[in-house]
Amino acid sequence: MSTQEERERLELLQGTLDLLILRTLIFGAQHGQGIARAIQQTSDDELLVEHGALYPALQRLEERGWISAKWGISSNNRKARFYSLTASGRKQLGKETTKWKRLTAAIGRILESEGG
Amino acid sequence: MFRRKRKASDFSSEMEAHIQLETDRLREQGVSEREARAAARRAFGNVTQAQERFYESGRWLFWDDLGQDLRFAFRMLHKSPGFAAVAVVTLAVAIGANAVVFSALDAFVLRPLNVPQSESLYGLQFGGGHRGALSYPNYVDFRDRNRSFDGLATYQMTRVGLGTGNNSTRAWLYEVSGNYFDVLKLQPYLGGFFHSSDEHGAGSAPYIVLSYAYWHGHFQDDPGVVGRRAEVNKKPYTIIGVAPPEFRGTFLLLSPDFFVPMVSIEDEEALNRRAGWWIFETIGHLKAGVTPAEAAADLSAIGDYLQNTYPKDVGKMNVSLDHAGLYGDTFGRPIRGFVAALMLLAGLILLAACANLGSLFAARAADRSREVALRLALGAGRLRILRQLFTEALVISLTGGAVGIVGGMLLLRRLIAWNPFPQFPTNVPLNPDANVYAVAALLAFVSGILFGAVPVRQVLDTDPYEIVKSGSVTKLGRRLTFREMLVALQIAICALLVTSSMVAVRGLVRSLDSDFGFEPKGVMLADTDLAMAGYPDDAVPAMQERMIEQMQAIPGVTAVGLANCPPLAGCGASRASIFADETADLRPSNVAASTMMYQVSPEFFVAAGTPLLAGRALTWHDDKNAPRVAVINETFARKLFGSQTNALGRYYKTWNGTRVQVVGIVRDGKYANLTEEPQAAMFMPLLQSPSSQTYLVIRSDSNPQQLSGAIRSRLRDLDSGLPAFIQTWPKEMDFFLFGARMATVALGVLGALGAILSITGIFGMAAYSVSRRLRELGIRMALGAEWKEVLGAALGRALKLLAFGSTAGLLLGILASRVLASIVYQATPRDPLVLSGVVLAMALLGLVATWIPAQRALSIDPARLLREE
Repeated sequence: MSTQEERERLELLQGTLDLLILRTLIFGAQHGQGIARAIQQTSDDELLVEHGALYPALQRLEERGWISAKWGISSNNRKARFYSLTASGRKQLGKETTKWKRLTAAIGRILESEGG
Repeated sequence: MFRRKRKASDFSSEMEAHIQLETDRLREQGVSEREARAAARRAFGNVTQAQERFYESGRWLFWDDLGQDLRFAFRMLHKSPGFAAVAVVTLAVAIGANAVVFSALDAFVLRPLNVPQSESLYGLQFGGGHRGALSYPNYVDFRDRNRSFDGLATYQMTRVGLGTGNNSTRAWLYEVSGNYFDVLKLQPYLGGFFHSSDEHGAGSAPYIVLSYAYWHGHFQDDPGVVGRRAEVNKKPYTIIGVAPPEFRGTFLLLSPDFFVPMVSIEDEEALNRRAGWWIFETIGHLKAGVTPAEAAADLSAIGDYLQNTYPKDVGKMNVSLDHAGLYGDTFGRPIRGFVAALMLLAGLILLAACANLGSLFAARAADRSREVALRLALGAGRLRILRQLFTEALVISLTGGAVGIVGGMLLLRRLIAWNPFPQFPTNVPLNPDANVYAVAALLAFVSGILFGAVPVRQVLDTDPYEIVKSGSVTKLGRRLTFREMLVALQIAICALLVTSSMVAVRGLVRSLDSDFGFEPKGVMLADTDLAMAGYPDDAVPAMQERMIEQMQAIPGVTAVGLANCPPLAGCGASRASIFADETADLRPSNVAASTMMYQVSPEFFVAAGTPLLAGRALTWHDDKNAPRVAVINETFARKLFGSQTNALGRYYKTWNGTRVQVVGIVRDGKYANLTEEPQAAMFMPLLQSPSSQTYLVIRSDSNPQQLSGAIRSRLRDLDSGLPAFIQTWPKEMDFFLFGARMATVALGVLGALGAILSITGIFGMAAYSVSRRLRELGIRMALGAEWKEVLGAALGRALKLLAFGSTAGLLLGILASRVLASIVYQATPRDPLVLSGVVLAMALLGLVATWIPAQRALSIDPARLLREE
């Protein structure tokens, strides 16, 4: 595991954490640790997610009504707070995804034109 | 701002769960328990930071801070209980005073009568000396001819003997028009009311409606009272109902025991005579959409019509309207003026309290400058510190306000129960309502903000580095000036109040000793009405003579007179219009003078102590068969005949044209009230103009207690069914001194409050100045300064302020005395006793206030002080 810690990973861009959380929850309810783990795994450990930073984001999303939370029991019988996507959260995810794609495409074009 | 959505503990357990889950995962991968936990924590990052961010993300920060501020405020106040107590008491006194005065304002001005739609209920005023009074036929014309009112009702207050069973008691009633209750839109509490349809001329509708209070007090809430028989002045009546509890009649100063129809109690003559003004007041609800001005024009037109139709009986009437309850300007203006003045003074007291607390707060803030500086240096925002100060101020002001309201309400409860005139059922509804509480709470809040704001600049200007470094706050010294102004202001207010109350007290004392034109001391009045005991008119004179004889037989009695109503007594003497002897056409515009009219026995002048200046007194020979004569006073003589000498033996005419010869002239006196200008009065012999209303005027050397017992027993021997009220003449005069007494007491109380406030104000300032300058004073003493110089340096400014404020207040007080003179007879500031009294009082006040700080300044031990600093 120590090798993983030492590997240089990408820091998240401002504002992308919300998008990643919403995206992760599309597969069903998940607790905080599960969300952090999923983001890391899905990105092939490329992204650095400080677990602690996840919570203010979750808090924010919950307040906006995009996700809802309730306490439940994890697969290994531990108490955990499970988050799930709400209808408005789902809509928001669609919007954010489109925005993100347009942004990365635009940035990609600029970088390519410069590089080429 | 609002409820916290999620508890911090919930958030913490979520984070713990996270770390646990991560640890579990790592353990599954074969990592040891300890390492797994460490790794999980590492991955999580900064737990505290996450918690803090969670904490700050909430909108509940405001309430959290408030809670913190409150806890801190209580801790600080707990640490200085003396300061807290002084502040709370000061405010409690000020706010309590305001609550009480506002209740009076509320009762007298804001919601005068407790009847439905009282805002559209108006009383009629007719200008001239007759105020609201009318004759019955004139009332009927106004009632039937106007187009502006939903009915006009009228009422007259009368005292009668009420017999239930075999005893007879005196009671006050309103004799009212039949439509009275219907015009007022009242519903009976019990039984029913009488209506206009019950009226069928004089003597009809012998019905009684009891007031709730009388029913409660005299019939023990017995519902069986309806239908019972009772006697009013020995005439049979039936009780038909009880008025609602909140209804106390339509004149605030006199609430009746019961109501009867006017037609039932008045005779044919009274109901048909158009001349005269004997009915007290006429009231009614304005029709919707009619303004008071339109209604007044409508009524004035009716007045003109009456004057043209009955020129002999009816004079010019300038009708105006005023809200019912205080009888127009007669009582309304002085009461409103008095209450407004009280409110102003109470407001000033509160302002003084605020100024005082502001300066105490500023002094405290300066004392705490080190603490403030430290908190600033540690990164506290200035706003946060100000909020803390305001929280403290509000805690004090709201506590003070609560204490003040409770105290004020206790005082009010006693005031309501207090009945200053036993012979009148005054019943002022001083019930505190929601308005009163709201105003008091608002005042408390506003004053908290006011005095909390005083030290704001001080905090904003604090330079933490300077203070923490040097530990001295000498720079703040200059800033004292604003506080000094506040103290000077309240000293001035205090001096103003002290001056006014001394002027009032002196005026009151003088008015007790002044020349009334008679000598009330040593005179007992026995007040009764033979009509109450059912005496027919022709039996009255004989009975009155027997009463006089009986009284003269009491040992110690030197003279006994009899009058229908003596001057300055609670009975309200009659007035009459008189004409010059030459006048043939007795229309109101030809009236020569309006005079007070008294019907008296021959010995009245001796018993009352009224000096006869010329001519003769009345005798028992001035009877029905003798020529009509009268004794008049100096003003009457001057007005009608030019001089005293001219008047003797001359004639004048009374309202019905009877020629009367002047046989004697007596000294002018006070008749209707103490502050009146000299007015004309005539005294008619009892046998020529009889009166069933009887006041025995008994002068004696024996003590009042014994005398009244003897009077009572002799009256009972004469007729056991004759209710009488016996008290001394000075006591009877209390009625006229009431306003002056109230003003004096109120000013005295406010003056005392003002003095307390000033003392704390000066004390605070002086103490502050001494503690600020301890080091300097110590050095001065070490260098050999005299105690005078030390005191001068320590207290000089406080004493200068005292002198300046006192002078300003004294001058203001002298100006204000002119206003006072209208309430208190003979109030004048041009009185060496008042002036020296004020100076002495203020000097004493200064001495008391600076005593402790002066002691402290003088007890400075320079050596110790220099060592410590």
